[in-house]
Amino acid sequence: MKNLPLLFCGIFFALAFSFVGLLLSSNIQIGSLTQTTETLVPSDADPEVMVMTEGDPLYPPMPSGLAQQGKEVYISMGCIYCHSQQTRRAEFGADIDRGWGARQTVARDYITQDRVLLGTMRTGPDLVNLGGRYAGDAGRDWNHIHLYNPQIVSEGSTMPPFAFLYDVRKIDGSPSEDALTFPPNSEYAPEDGYEVVPTRRAIALVEYLLSLKINYSLPEAPIVE
Amino acid sequence: MRAELSEIDASIRSAALFFVISAISWLMLGTVFALLVAFKAHEPDFASSFEFLTFGRVRSAHLNAMALGWGSNVIYAVGLWIMARLCRAPINHKGLLFIAGIFWNIGLTVGIFGILRGDITSVEWLEIPHYATPLLAISYTLIGVWGVMAFRFRKGDHVYVSQWYILAALFWFPWLYVVAQIMIIWFPARGVVQSVTNWWFAHNVLGLWLTPMALGTAYYLIPKVLGRPIYSYYLSVLGFWALAIFYNWAGVHHLIGGPIPVWLISAGIVASVMMVIPVIVVGINHHMSVVGLHKEVWRSPTLRFIVFGAISYTLVSLIGSAMALRSVNQITHFTHFTVGHAHHGVYAFFTMIMFGGVYYMMPRLLKREWPSAGLIKLHFWGCAIGITIMVVALQVGGWIQGMEMNNAEISFLDTVRNTIPWLKARSVSGLFLTVGHIAFAVNFFWMLFAAGAVRAKQGPTLLSESEKGDVA
Repeated sequence: MKNLPLLFCGIFFALAFSFVGLLLSSNIQIGSLTQTTETLVPSDADPEVMVMTEGDPLYPPMPSGLAQQGKEVYISMGCIYCHSQQTRRAEFGADIDRGWGARQTVARDYITQDRVLLGTMRTGPDLVNLGGRYAGDAGRDWNHIHLYNPQIVSEGSTMPPFAFLYDVRKIDGSPSEDALTFPPNSEYAPEDGYEVVPTRRAIALVEYLLSLKINYSLPEAPIVE
Repeated sequence: MRAELSEIDASIRSAALFFVISAISWLMLGTVFALLVAFKAHEPDFASSFEFLTFGRVRSAHLNAMALGWGSNVIYAVGLWIMARLCRAPINHKGLLFIAGIFWNIGLTVGIFGILRGDITSVEWLEIPHYATPLLAISYTLIGVWGVMAFRFRKGDHVYVSQWYILAALFWFPWLYVVAQIMIIWFPARGVVQSVTNWWFAHNVLGLWLTPMALGTAYYLIPKVLGRPIYSYYLSVLGFWALAIFYNWAGVHHLIGGPIPVWLISAGIVASVMMVIPVIVVGINHHMSVVGLHKEVWRSPTLRFIVFGAISYTLVSLIGSAMALRSVNQITHFTHFTVGHAHHGVYAFFTMIMFGGVYYMMPRLLKREWPSAGLIKLHFWGCAIGITIMVVALQVGGWIQGMEMNNAEISFLDTVRNTIPWLKARSVSGLFLTVGHIAFAVNFFWMLFAAGAVRAKQGPTLLSESEKGDVA
């Protein structure tokens, strides 16, 4: 093995092989997926061809502006290192049994994201359908309290508090509408006359978390009731 | 021959010293991050009011300081020095190495600052923000160019197995790094193509960068210290090409069960299992090269570390192949088992071999001996005990965590609470590793600065009484 060109060809093609096989081919196969309707119908022109249902909304939805800002916060806090965003199929792990999603997630679910945060660690629960578990004002309040200090609502959790995303301030006149509601006698509640309000970053982060929802079917991955 | 080697050593001395000092500095900083993050994993309130010390950021600062600061710098020191020696010519273009080294350390410093201040990308193994990565890419490329040139203008016809590994890694890594940056950060590919790219890259940091460099080092130093040739030339050819062909497909096993086409995952699993071939082949080749000389191995600081690393390579790789099987992965995926496995590979295998390499290289570069055999022993035992506790704790704890997580009748919070004793054991293992690293750093800087006192010593520093004095 002393022929440099031959050695070099081997070294080059070894990596080129997986570069083409894994990256380029997956880019060809799934890189051009588009949004679609929940179900497909036979085309008028050719009944063999399935097309999108006219008038139905397209999925996955585009993220909203505030949620997008919240995603930046999620990224900058490194949430991905403890939380995945994917549901494995039934019978493979207990993702669906734990209520982390109604169906397995598929490649198309991620196409509207500019950065995909699948994650490989579940020190904490999966979040791909967090917005399906926590919704509305109650869900918003729970997530703020939990981010401020997880021990308030999940005692024994190993998640760090993100209290630095909240301001503790003196109540001036009437309390803020956004102020966090603590459980009675909580040791984490602020002193009398003070309130805890989310910063802009906390508001955006919670909007992002609530926006994580797999509540729609796709032709290749229907939700089975 | 000896005069020629010392001439080569002299030609690369300043560059290698620069890299090894950088490597050890990053190792110490990475250790501080490691202790912090290990402790925070079971004491979440600790230092939680500082945004820059939040878990996700310190964890990533630790990973990058260790993989790119310690790992790559020590590769540049030991790997390039071995390359120069095997090419049998004093090196040219030392300036290129210095420019690359300075870019590297500046890029990494800026990058880790960026991670801590919140510019982290949250792409695993590519956390460094976009404004620092071009420096790293340029640096990788310069080093690669230097390596190819050193090889091109080598003297003599013979090419040794270590050179294949080092040359290949120097070529592969800039390619991997630039493609990953382009497809994930600069011009993001659509959807989960990013994830496939991410794990193609991240697994190859280990497979095509750290592993070939560590194997090249072991292949060079085992025969060098023992004074007998590698057991089989043909096994080394087979081992090299099997690694080159299979390892780079294996990374997709990090996405088993994930939202990507199943055929991609199956390809990754097949490649992961095929890795058994190069692992067994290299294992046999290394084992047969040291068999019967265990006393010498134990006496030599270099070989004590390298043989520990080589044994770990066999173990960690076989466990890794098993973890790629769907039935096993279903349990270990998403748990601390994987964290334990990563440290088994990067630390018990790669880092231990590189420690061995530094122990051999430094006396040749400085023409001085290691000042303290006691500190070397402390280093070895601190690291050997520490990493064993860590791998066992995280893998046993991770297995239990995975079994519990797959049983929906156990509440998730209970599965979290049950990991805490294992995470505390990991913190204890960190203390052992820290003691080892401090012993190493003290011995190193003592050797570097207190020149007169140790130069006078007779013969190499050994770890037990020697019957013959030719082992180092």
